[in-house]
Amino acid sequence: MGKEFALACPLPVTGRKTIVLGHGSGGRLTAQLVRDLFLPAFDNEFLRKLDDQAVLKLGGARIAFTTDSFVVTPLFFPGGDIGKLAVHGTVNDLAMSGARPLYLSAAFIMEEGLPLDELARITASMAEAAKAAGVAIVTGDTKVVNKGSADKLFITTTGIGLVPDGVAISASNARPGDQVILSGTIGDHGMAVFSRRENLELESTIESDTAPLHALVQAMLAAGEIHALRDPTRGGLATSLCEIAGSAGIGVEIHARRIPVRQPVRAACEILGMDPLFVANEGKLVAFVAPAAADAVLAAMRATTEGRDAAIVGEAVGAHPGMVLLKTEIGGSRILDLPFNEQLPRIC
Amino acid sequence: MKYLDEYRDERVSTALLDEIRRTVTRPWTLMEVCGGQTHSIVRYGLDQLLPAEVELVHGPGCPVCVTPLEMIDRAHAIARRAGVIFCSFGDMLRVPGSQGDLFQIKAEGGDVRIVYSPLDCLKLARAHPERPVVFFAVGFETTAPANAMAVWQARAQGLANFSLLVSHVLVPPAIAAILESPSNRVQAFLGPGHVCAVMGWSEYEPLAERYRVPMVITGFEPVDLLEGILMAARQLEQGRATVENQYARAVTREGNVEARKTIGRVFEVCDRAWRGIGVIPRSGYRLRPEFAEYDAERIFDVRSVHAAEPAVCISGQVLQGHKKPHDCPAFGTQCTPQTPLGATMVSAEGACAAYYNCGRHMAPASR
Repeated sequence: MGKEFALACPLPVTGRKTIVLGHGSGGRLTAQLVRDLFLPAFDNEFLRKLDDQAVLKLGGARIAFTTDSFVVTPLFFPGGDIGKLAVHGTVNDLAMSGARPLYLSAAFIMEEGLPLDELARITASMAEAAKAAGVAIVTGDTKVVNKGSADKLFITTTGIGLVPDGVAISASNARPGDQVILSGTIGDHGMAVFSRRENLELESTIESDTAPLHALVQAMLAAGEIHALRDPTRGGLATSLCEIAGSAGIGVEIHARRIPVRQPVRAACEILGMDPLFVANEGKLVAFVAPAAADAVLAAMRATTEGRDAAIVGEAVGAHPGMVLLKTEIGGSRILDLPFNEQLPRIC
Repeated sequence: MKYLDEYRDERVSTALLDEIRRTVTRPWTLMEVCGGQTHSIVRYGLDQLLPAEVELVHGPGCPVCVTPLEMIDRAHAIARRAGVIFCSFGDMLRVPGSQGDLFQIKAEGGDVRIVYSPLDCLKLARAHPERPVVFFAVGFETTAPANAMAVWQARAQGLANFSLLVSHVLVPPAIAAILESPSNRVQAFLGPGHVCAVMGWSEYEPLAERYRVPMVITGFEPVDLLEGILMAARQLEQGRATVENQYARAVTREGNVEARKTIGRVFEVCDRAWRGIGVIPRSGYRLRPEFAEYDAERIFDVRSVHAAEPAVCISGQVLQGHKKPHDCPAFGTQCTPQTPLGATMVSAEGACAAYYNCGRHMAPASR
């Protein structure tokens, strides 16, 4: 696209020659990188599904398998730290297949000069999070790089879990009529990290929502038929909905007024010109649930800590396949599309 | 949330829409001047709720969009210099110059930083006395007071390593340029609320009178915009053409007198080139001669950097309200926020990017 255009036009219209931060945003640039570079190189039936985890049949059991790297700055933020995040992130990627998470690995890339007491605090936090989530960290690796070659500490966790019989959850299983249930407020994690990193002086502290979600998922599975699940991390709720709409070939309609956003998160987003729909969460999920089961699933969610603010925010429709439509507060509508990049604060 | 929820209320909006429907008897074309207003209109789907008689066209009030390619290239030339700490508001980082954007320069080792106020740059300049700290001062009258204050304080604090790359533009001359154009079709303006919070609205009175166009200084929330549209429609229907103030909770006729004084001490009016439009006489600010030592263009000697705009893009016509984003064959195909061909696609405030980000490249063309 646009290549012949580039010859006549001084503006860059073709792809980038180097990796830029946007390639890690979870939006369109990330998707392009996966589609154009990684997928052709590693192509296989499991990877092609582009779910957050692969579900593999091994000796009669169905195993969910996933990996995730954590590079957050700062290492400690209100409501959590990189260690807690590294456990919850992988536990949640497993949980989104309906799996019961069992074992994790942890790999640490440390920058020369990282204070040992910080590493000890992070390790203790990881151990506590793993214990609370009922997973064991059973193998690992450590590497140290020269000062300047990494930003203090990067952690990669890999996890496996067991998918119970009869559970078939995948983005591609969502269908028209499904109710879209969100497990709670959005934007907390992204704005907690952003406001700490940028030293924004806000009236109240925003805390990350980082939390393991597998217990919530198990409660939901017991209550009714779940078709699709995603935890809206990078790229936020809008990105997860776009991915599910695309994967299942359905339309999605959600209502701005039904989406819970905490007051300080909303205020910070207003000040910075950012949209909470595109801000990261680390302890939330969005579910596509068979209409007959929606009330029971919602009630089961609200009975848990992680799902106490759950709400039905919209539904899947047969119209406009692949497209997510937001009904705005004043009764208008707009289409939500995959973001190109990370959101940037606006001038005015 | 106070001061927000009541301006996003569906019942109030519906009542205003009904009143607009009752008021208009024939087609009218209104221009909202500000990028922030365009953003709200598209974000809330407000234009789709209006009666068919009211057409909104989108104005030139997006500072990122109207900053000339040449100025962006000059910024990039400075940001590439070894040792320089180049500071900018966030959305300027993504704007492509002739070769890449500030993100690219950052990826290649340039020290490019996002700041939230030009005053943050003074802290940086104090912390790194051996390095030049440059702030890319882009924007309308709204951002001018803080930029002027940064220079003023830099001099008071004796900071010799801080400078401004100034690309300030002014709203009233742009409105005059649009009205002077033979192909103009704008019949009333929703004036720029935040610009007027600083400058007041007295400058708009001669424009309303001379060109016989209603001007309603308008805020940025859906209810503000609908109220502004209603006030403008009433003037049009009644054959009046005066300046009215919808945004009374922020704007007075005099504006912010202290802020205007600060601007006047540091900046003077000059001719400026607008991306997509061209040079408009007396349409911008530059540093006064007594502040020349804070002028990054002079310090880094980048005035010889020149660039030409691409011919394919219709952004000039979009910025003047002659065309809408989806009138362009490249919109959403060759031209996207990732591969922008021109001004109005580069910033979230730009009409083309606002349309794109709200998915309108996928929807059947709306009015």
